[in-house]
This record gives sequence, structure tokens and C-alpha cells, in this order.
Amino acid sequence: MGILEVKNVNKRFGGLQALGNVNLSIAENTVHAIIGPNGAGKSTLLNCLVGKLIPDTGSVMFDGQSVLGRKPYEINQMGISRVFQTPEIFGDLTVMENMLIPCFAKRDGAFSLHAIGSVASEKDVFEKAKQMLSDMKLYDKREMHASSMSRGDKRRLEIAMCLSQEPRLLLLDEPTAGMARADTNNTIDLLKQIKEERDITIAIIEHDMHVVFSLAERITVLAQGTPLVEDTPDNIKGHPKVKEAYLGETQTV
Amino acid sequence: MDAILLQILNGLDKGSAYALIALGLTLIFGTLGVVNFAHGALFMIGAFCAVTFTNLLTWSHVVIDDTRKDFLGNPMKVDVPYIIDWFGKETGEALIDWAVPLSILFAIPVMIAIGFIMERGLIKHFYKRPHADQILVTFGLAIVLQEVIKYFYGANPIPTPAPAVFAGSFDFGAMLGFDPNTIIYPYWRLIYFAFSALIIGAVFAFLQFTTFGMVVRAGMADRETVGLLGINIDKRFTIMFGIAAAVAGLAGVMYAPINSPNYNMGMDFLVLSFVVVVVGGMGSLGGAVLAGFLLGILESFASMAVVLEFIPGINQIIIYLVAIIILLTRPRGLMGRAGVMED
Amino acid sequence: MLGLTKRDFGLMVVVAILALAAPFILNPFPQGSAMAQFNAGYPDLMQRLVIFGILAIGFNILFGLTGYLSFGHAAFLGVGSYAAIWMMKLLTMNVIPAIIVSVLVAGLFSLVVGWISLRRSGIYFSILTLAFAQMSYALAYSVLTPITGGETGLQPKTSDPRILDGALPAGQSPSANLFGFNMSDTSVLRLGDWSFNFNTGYYLAAVIMLIVFYLSIRIFRSPFGMMLRAVKSNQQRMNYTGLNSKPYTLAAFVISGMYAGLAGGLLVAMDTQVGAERMFWTASGEIVLMTILGGAGTLIGPVLGAGFIKYMENIVSKINKTVLEQWFAFLPDGIEDLLITLVYPFVGKGWHLTLGLLFMLVVIFLPGGLVEGGQRIGKLFRRKKTDTTTKTPPAE
Repeated sequence: MGILEVKNVNKRFGGLQALGNVNLSIAENTVHAIIGPNGAGKSTLLNCLVGKLIPDTGSVMFDGQSVLGRKPYEINQMGISRVFQTPEIFGDLTVMENMLIPCFAKRDGAFSLHAIGSVASEKDVFEKAKQMLSDMKLYDKREMHASSMSRGDKRRLEIAMCLSQEPRLLLLDEPTAGMARADTNNTIDLLKQIKEERDITIAIIEHDMHVVFSLAERITVLAQGTPLVEDTPDNIKGHPKVKEAYLGETQTV
Repeated sequence: MDAILLQILNGLDKGSAYALIALGLTLIFGTLGVVNFAHGALFMIGAFCAVTFTNLLTWSHVVIDDTRKDFLGNPMKVDVPYIIDWFGKETGEALIDWAVPLSILFAIPVMIAIGFIMERGLIKHFYKRPHADQILVTFGLAIVLQEVIKYFYGANPIPTPAPAVFAGSFDFGAMLGFDPNTIIYPYWRLIYFAFSALIIGAVFAFLQFTTFGMVVRAGMADRETVGLLGINIDKRFTIMFGIAAAVAGLAGVMYAPINSPNYNMGMDFLVLSFVVVVVGGMGSLGGAVLAGFLLGILESFASMAVVLEFIPGINQIIIYLVAIIILLTRPRGLMGRAGVMED
Repeated sequence: MLGLTKRDFGLMVVVAILALAAPFILNPFPQGSAMAQFNAGYPDLMQRLVIFGILAIGFNILFGLTGYLSFGHAAFLGVGSYAAIWMMKLLTMNVIPAIIVSVLVAGLFSLVVGWISLRRSGIYFSILTLAFAQMSYALAYSVLTPITGGETGLQPKTSDPRILDGALPAGQSPSANLFGFNMSDTSVLRLGDWSFNFNTGYYLAAVIMLIVFYLSIRIFRSPFGMMLRAVKSNQQRMNYTGLNSKPYTLAAFVISGMYAGLAGGLLVAMDTQVGAERMFWTASGEIVLMTILGGAGTLIGPVLGAGFIKYMENIVSKINKTVLEQWFAFLPDGIEDLLITLVYPFVGKGWHLTLGLLFMLVVIFLPGGLVEGGQRIGKLFRRKKTDTTTKTPPAE
């Protein structure tokens, strides 16, 4: 039994079959990559996992509980955090505040009316946010507006925010898209470090094969909305079906 | 049956005005992505174009008429419009009588000019600003425009009659075989409806059958792509703003005889027209027209005595109520496209 | 102190001093002098300054923090006013029940309106609130006349039951009071040519304003306030951080509705009358304007904005041709006439024109409002100071 179990999921958009009979099992404490050519349904699948889309049929179970029909914030509170393709952070707020918000969400749940006590007086949350910022080497930037940081730092902050919620499953949607090589390598190192230090399951959707093969322990290849193969990175390399699916795409494996 | 017909007719003229204003609003919104709170003021300025033009036609000088005496027995002083001096009594008087329809010729260039100035001078700088800023700056502009009009024309409504030919009413009842005088409808309102239909048809034809219109429609659907094709969409959008201003202005010109123009008539129509746009679906031209007429007719049905007896006050709130229900159940409105203002 | 940081406490003290010493500060010119027309220290105006301050402080909690632009807040002001006047008619002329009930009723009403309107965001939210407000206005004018008095509005009458007060002495009309202190009581302090008015109603309103201002500081600095700013900044991230943005915005909406109801109740406590025009949508627009003009999202901005607009409204509307002639009398005739012609459209009855222009100028050039303007000027001064190391310190 994996921590995330996707069974027979179908999703149609009008005449387009975006997902056809997707079965996927992600084992606890692994790094699982989902790859596939453009339009293979990777993003649709991801959106079905976090509550942005509801599949037409099938089931999505997280830790034995169905996530279907739940809102994104409820699914997040169950223990799934999502990192977006372009970093989604609170641009108008300071880096410290960006860090505090998920810490409060972890402690107080989806809504709480703490309207009178000051943020600074919540010592436990404050300390946790500080710690997280130091761990991620962002503490010096805590007073900055998040929107004025570099792209690499934004990505780092977003991952830090997700981690501070102590999720059991971290979903990453092309986390290195549009990044320079150096930033990409930094992100890979960061993710490796996270994996070493914590009990966490990571599911990663990625285009960049360099990233995939540096990180993943299992890989699922998606093509035309259906999983083609699922195997270890070594077996995926040079798999005939995978080559076929990527034919025409200029990807070097 | 006759009562229902009468209400439909009654709803038509208000519905026409809503439809015309909403058409311009949604055109501006669809092309420029701007929420224009000053659009009602353009309607009001249109009505005042009719007032101004009437004033121009009746611009007079004083003549002493020896043939008539005033009550003191002195020769009477008479105001004679210049236009009578120039064109003779008959033509001059006819021109004055037809002042409102003639104002259309005056209003078109004036409104287009105002539209251009507004877009180039103000709205252009707000494309990239948040919608809240657009609402606020155009709201401020609406106040300014209406106060300027108030300064020059005063706060009281100014009666602006239609040509005498259209003063009477048309007996629909008699025509359709009901009792005479059950369904009577002022001629001018019929004219207004026909005029609105004409304008709406013209705008749609323009968008449908000209290259210019085709580019604009493409721009409404996907501004970025059209921009990538190297077409200067901004310039066309400026022209669209001028056209939208003219449409609102013309709606105002012809409305002057129905409702004597006053400086805050724009605000009343604005709020309702917004509701119409939302009900029709933001950015949908057909939706704006459909919703305009629907709500106009619905409003007049709600004012029927039978209905009021049943639900008192419903005529005052029916449009808002419908808007709230529509927004909650069909957030895109009756004919809205996906992806418009959904973030 | 009081659970505030040093800076916030300083701000609170400044506002408290300004509010409590307003009768002095707003009457700087001796009576009878040419400048006396700029005095604003009379009870009626001072009351309005602080009451509209309360309204703007509340609106700022919604708009300034969450970015949701409500165009219907005048409705809550109106509902609060009606609730207050009914308390005065049925219960007692003591203003306490009136004020409390106005807050509660406006809170309930804003809960209903907010619950529905907040299903949509952006422009749709603005239009929904606008529709609700216009509906309330239309209803107050027509069907609800038995409750609202329709066009004539409502006032306490001698014949009202007022079960807690007992019968009034013959010939005496009901007047609002706080445990016997009459709201309209004003004691005048004369110092030489100066005279200062101390009005009971004003001080009640000012104290309440200070309390709610204090509350708004606490809200701004609280985790709740931070979440509201998160709503404005990025709702998507918020939802994917396990936070449900709807109850946050709804809570902000209701709080701001209660502030508006409080303002409505206080207006009634001061002048014991209400009419439906108080709910018209342009009144909602004015609330927005006050908040923006001062600086949305800042603590002090809305208070400044409300004060500025109500002060200007009063002073500018009083200026007429005679006053202008006095001002420009020292100039040669031709220039005097020209100046008068130029200025006249903007003063007296032209106040709304000035207001509209002001509104546009602020949105175009100073989206951060007066507070941002002050900061820019402050920066300018600071730069100069480091350049020359002389001159006077910046006026804050």
C-alpha cells in the first residue's frame, strides 16, 4: 500500500481524454518522478491530486483516505503540500511573514480568529519560522519583500514554506522550469538534502531529465493520459516504449 | 393579454437604453479590459448634447415687433432665433422642432472626441493597474463630468421635447384587435426602440463584416496572440472606445425627450447597466443586449399593479435580485465566455 | 504597552492627543479674524470628523488588508442608523443601547450580504455589494417605509413609547443623552479672542473612535491581520497552504460592517435623525475615497483621509463669491476677477467637483494616499539633510 494510491482515474475535457485509466501508487518515503511529453496529462493528474480538478471516475486515496471532493486547503491540511511551476509566494509580504503563515496554518488549522494578540507574541510559531529560514539560508533576507527576491530564492522560500507544514507528501510541479543550470543544480541539492533529513515522500513532475535522474527512485512515464511504464531510473533509461513516447521531442536521456 | 403586451412595450424603451449603455460597457471591458464607471456619464453627456444643440438652434436676438403690444402698450420685444433669420420662418421653425433628432449629427463627433480624449488621456494609463484602481479613477471622472455639466446647466432637469409629429401615442390595442386605448404607446418610444435596434445592428455588423471589426473581435478573445501578429491593437482599441462613447452618447441624445436630462441621470443608469453587463456576461456583446432587454421588460412587469399587490416593492429591486441570483448560479452570466475576469 | 510595539503605541498616543485636543487644534484662529472661516472646532463638524474616521478605519480592515473593494458599505451605515433610531424610539434616549444595537444589527446584515457576495471576487464582488446596497436603498425608500420613514426619514417623537425613559415633562422634546449628559451640551471656553467648544457628543464619539482605532491596530498586527494580507497577496498560495480564505474574508467583511454600523449609530446619537439617502451608492463611494485618500492598508491613513475630506467639505462649501473677493482684494482688479472666475467653480456648491478631481489625482499620482505622500516628502527631506547636514528636521 503506497501513501498515495490513484486508481482508474479518468478525466475528459469536452472531446479530449486528458487522463485515461490512470493507476499510480507512490510508496512512502520515496522520490517518485512522473515524466512524459507535453500534453501527456501530467499537470491534469497533479491537479486531480490537490483538489483543483475532480476526476470523472476513479479514486485518489491519500494515507487510506479519499481526497476526492475535498478543497485544496483541506487536502493540504491532510498532509499534501504543492510547489508550483512558477513560485507562488506572498509577494507583498516580507520573507518572514511568508514563513509565518504556513507555520500558523500548521498550528491553528484552516481558520482561526487570532485577531487580538500580536504575531510577535506567538513565540513558538515565531521560533519555528526563524529556524526554518536559517535552515534554508534565507534568514538574512527576512525583512525583504518576497517579490523582490531572485527567482532561485523564491523557489527556495516556497519549498521552505511547504516544508514548514511538515507534509507527508510534497508535490513538485516542474520545480526547475526556466531556471539557469546553476540554480537547477542548487535546487537538486536542496531536494536531496531535504530527502536525507526528513521522513518525506516527494512526487515530482519534471521535464528536465537531468533533474529526474538525479533525484528519482521510481519513475512513471505518462503518455497521452495513460501510464506507459513504471520502473526504476536505470530500467527506464533506454526503455523502448519510453523512447517511442518521446520520439520527436529533442530530449537527451 | 393586453396588459402583458403593454408591459413588454413599456419595458422596451428602458431596455433599449440599458442595452445600448451595456453594449458600450462590455465593448470597453472586452477590448481594453477596463471597468469604466464613467460610462453612465457619457450617456448623460449625450443627453446634454441634445440640450446644447437645441440651445444653439434657438440662439436668439431681440427684435422689437411693432405689430404687437405688451401689457403696458409698448411695442413688444420678441426673441427671434438666428436660424429663423437665416433660413426663413418655416424652415427655421422646423429645424428647431427637429432639434433632438438633428442633435445626433452634433453628438457623434462630440462623443467620439470625448471618447478619444478619455482613452488617450486617462484610461490608457490604467490598463496595467488593478481593477480596483480602474473603478476608482473612472468613478472620480464620473463625478467630475457630472459636476461640470451641473456647473454649466444647473441642477434642474431640462425639458427637451421630441418633434411635434411624434408627440402623440400609437394605439396598439386597436391595431391588434383589442379595445381601443388599452395599449397605447408614445410614438417617440417606438422611435427610440427602432433607433436602438438600428445602432445595435450597426455595431454588430461593423464588428462582423469589417476587417477592423474582425481584428477587434480577435483581440477580445485573445489580446496577446493578436498583438504577436504585429497588429497594432492599441490604436484600434482607442477607436473602439470612441465608438462605445458614441453609442452611449446616442442612447442619451434620443433619451432626452423621454426623461428630461439632468446631471445625475448617468449615475442611475450606470449602476443598472453594470448589473446588465454582469447578467449578460462580462465581455459578451450579445449577452449585454439580451440582458438589457430582458431586464428592462422584467422591470416593467414587476411594476404591474397585480404583481405589486402580491410582492410589494418588487419593481424597485427586481433587477438587483436577478443579478444576485445570476451571479451566484451562473457566474459567467447568461452568455459569458470562460476565463473573463475569473481571477 | 497595551500590547503594542513602541511605534504603534506612539501612533496611538498621537491620535489620542489629536482627538482629545481637537477643540483647540481645530480652532487655531481667533474669532472674528479673517482666518476664522478655516476653524473647524465646532461640535457638529468635529463629531463628523471622528465618526467618519471610524467608518474609514473599518472599511480599511476589509479593503486595505484583503483588497476586496466593497461598493456597498453605506448600506451598513444606514442599517446601523435605523437600528439606533428605533432603540431611541422604543427603549430610551440613552445612546448606549442605540449604539450597541446598531453594531449588532449591522453585523448581522453584513454577515448575510458578505456570505453571499464573497462567493465571487474581483469586480463581481464589487458589483454584488453595489447591488445589495442599492437594493437596501430602494427598499428603504419604498416598501419598508413603515420601518424607515421613507423619504422623510425618522426622528424620535414625543409620542414614542420609550419604555425605559418614562414620560417626558410637558413641552420637552426628546434629546439623546448618555446617562443624563445631553449629547448636544457644549461648554465654551473663552480665552481672549479665542473660543473653544467642548461638546459631550464629540467626546463620546472621540473616545469610541480611540477604542476602535486601538482595536484596528491590534487586528493589523495579529495573525488574523496577516492572513488578511495574505488573501490580498496570493489566494492561490493561501489555499495550497491549508488556509480557507473564505472565513477570513467574511470575518473581515463583518468586522468592517460592524464598524460602519457603529458609525451609523453614532451619527444618530449625535443628531437623532436618519434618511435613506445615507445609503445611496455615492455615499459608499465616499467611504472608499476617504480610505484611499488617506492610504489604504495603513493604520493612520483612513483617519487622515476621513478628517481631510470632511474638513475640506465643510470649509470649501462655505466659501462663496464674497469670501473670494475678500481673499483676492489686494490684487489688481483684472487679475482679481480672473482668479475669482477660475476658483469659483471649485468652491461652495462646486465642492463635489473638487472632490472628484481630488479623487482622480490621488488614484493617478498617489495610489498610496496621503501617507505615501508624507513618506515621499519625508524621504526628500532626509536626503537633503544628509546632503547639507543643516536645516530644520522634517515635519512629521
